[in-house]
Amino acid sequence: MNDQLLIVEDLHKSFGSLNVLKGINLELKRGEKIALIGPSGCGKSTCLRCVNYLEVPNAGHIYLDGELFGEKKTGEDFTSMSEKELSRQRATIGMVFQGFFLWPHLTVRNNVAIAQIKVNGMAKSEAHDLAEQMLKKVHMEHKLDEYPERLSGGQQQRVAIARALAQRPKLLLFDEPTSALDPELVGEVLNTIQELAAEGRSMMLVTHEIAFAREVADRIVFMDDGGIAEQGPAKQVIDNPTHERLKSFLGQMLDRH
Amino acid sequence: MAMILSEKIQLYAVTLLKGAGYTISITVLTFCFAIVIGLVFGAIKAYGDRRGGAPKNFTTELVIFVIQRLALWSINIFVEVFRGLPALAVLFILYFGLAYAGLKLDPFTAAVFGLSLIGGAMLTEVFRAGFGAIHAGQREAALAVGMTPMGALRDIILPQTWRVTLPPLANYAIGLLKDTAIVSAIAAPEIMFFARNLVTRTFDTEIIYILVAIIYFCLSFPLARLADRFEKQARQM
Repeated sequence: MNDQLLIVEDLHKSFGSLNVLKGINLELKRGEKIALIGPSGCGKSTCLRCVNYLEVPNAGHIYLDGELFGEKKTGEDFTSMSEKELSRQRATIGMVFQGFFLWPHLTVRNNVAIAQIKVNGMAKSEAHDLAEQMLKKVHMEHKLDEYPERLSGGQQQRVAIARALAQRPKLLLFDEPTSALDPELVGEVLNTIQELAAEGRSMMLVTHEIAFAREVADRIVFMDDGGIAEQGPAKQVIDNPTHERLKSFLGQMLDRH
Repeated sequence: MAMILSEKIQLYAVTLLKGAGYTISITVLTFCFAIVIGLVFGAIKAYGDRRGGAPKNFTTELVIFVIQRLALWSINIFVEVFRGLPALAVLFILYFGLAYAGLKLDPFTAAVFGLSLIGGAMLTEVFRAGFGAIHAGQREAALAVGMTPMGALRDIILPQTWRVTLPPLANYAIGLLKDTAIVSAIAAPEIMFFARNLVTRTFDTEIIYILVAIIYFCLSFPLARLADRFEKQARQM
C-alpha cells in the first residue's frame, strides 16, 4: 500500500468540440491538501467533477485508494461499471458545491442523515446522532430542525460540509465553496474548512481565495487552458511564481483585493 | 303521471346519483393512469437525453443512444397527438374504430383508456416542467453522497417535484371530472347519460339539468378548495 490516495492519469474531457481538459496528471497523498487555482474556464472545476465522475472523462483514469474509479479493468480493457457500483464508489468521496445544493424539502438534520439511511441502510436514530455530531463539527448544531431556506448562505454551506463529512469520506472535494457567498459570510466557511484541514483530511479545493489557498493547501496547482501550468508547495508557488501566466493571474487576483 | 315537484326531484336525483358513482370511478381511474403515464414520460423527457454516470463500451453507448432517441421521439409524438385531438374524437376512435377493427371495448374501458391517454399527454408536460424546475445541482448533490440515479429521483427529485406539480394536478382533476361528461357520447352510464335519458322520457329539461349542475358542483367544489390550498402551500415554499 503506497501513500498515494488519488491518482489522476492523463485526464481528457471535452464538451462537444470544446476541449476543456487536455491531459491532466495529478497525484494526491493521503492527508494532503491541494488547491486548484486558475482563470475562469481553465478547467479546474471540470477536473474536480471528473474525480468523482459527476463528469465522465473522455479519456484517462482515476484511481482512488489504489482502486480504479468509475471503471473496471479486465485484462487490458477498461469497461463499464454499473450505476450501483459507481454510486458505492462515489459515497467514499465527499463533495461541497459552489451553490450548496442542500435539499429544500429536508431539515438540516435530514440533509446530513438521509444518505446514511438510504444508501448505507443505517438506522434512523443512529444516522440522526451522526448528523448531530457532524453538524457540531461545523458549528451548526443549533439549527438541527430548521429548513435550509431559513439559513444564511454561509450556514447552508457549513451544513453542506457536514453532509459531506457524514459520508466519512476518504477525500473531500470543494468546488469554489465560497464563490456564491456574500463577502461577510466567506470567513465562517473558510474557518470551517481550515479546521477540517487541521484534522489531516485529504482535500482537493478549487478556489479563487488565493490567500486562503496559500495558508491551507500543501500544494498549489495552477491550471491554464486545460492543462497544469505550474505546481508546487503553496507558499513557493504564490510567493515566487515562475510561469508568466501565473504571474499575471496572481497580479490580477491580488489587485482585486 | 302527476307528481309534485319534490317527488320529481327526488326521483331524478336518485337516478342521476347512480351516474355520479360512475363519473367518480372514471375520474379516479383516469387520474391514476394519467399520473403514471405523465410521471414516467415526463421523467424520460426531462432526463432521457442525459448520459448515465458510468462509461460503457462503444456498442453499449450506441444502443443506449438509439433507445434514448427512439423513446424521446415516441413520447413527443404521443404528446403532440393526444394534446391535439379532441377527446370526443379519441373516444370515437377507441370505441367505434376499434370495434370496426374487431376489438370491442365496453364504454367504461374505452372512456378510461381514452381519457388516460389525453390526460397522460398533458401531465407528461406538467411533470417535465416540474422536473425541469429543479436545479441540476440537486441531483448532482444526491449522486455525490452515493445515491443511485433512481434513488436520487425517488428521494430527492420527486418530493420536490410534487410541490411544483400539485396545483396543476389538482386543476387537472377538476377539469377531468367535468370532461367525463363527454363519455356519455359512447353510452358510458355516467351523470350526463342518465340526464339525457331522463329528459327524453320526461321532458323535464330544466329540473334535470339544474340537478346535474348541482351534482357536478358538489363534486368539483371540494377539489377546487384542495387546489387552492396546494397553490398557497406551493407559494410559501
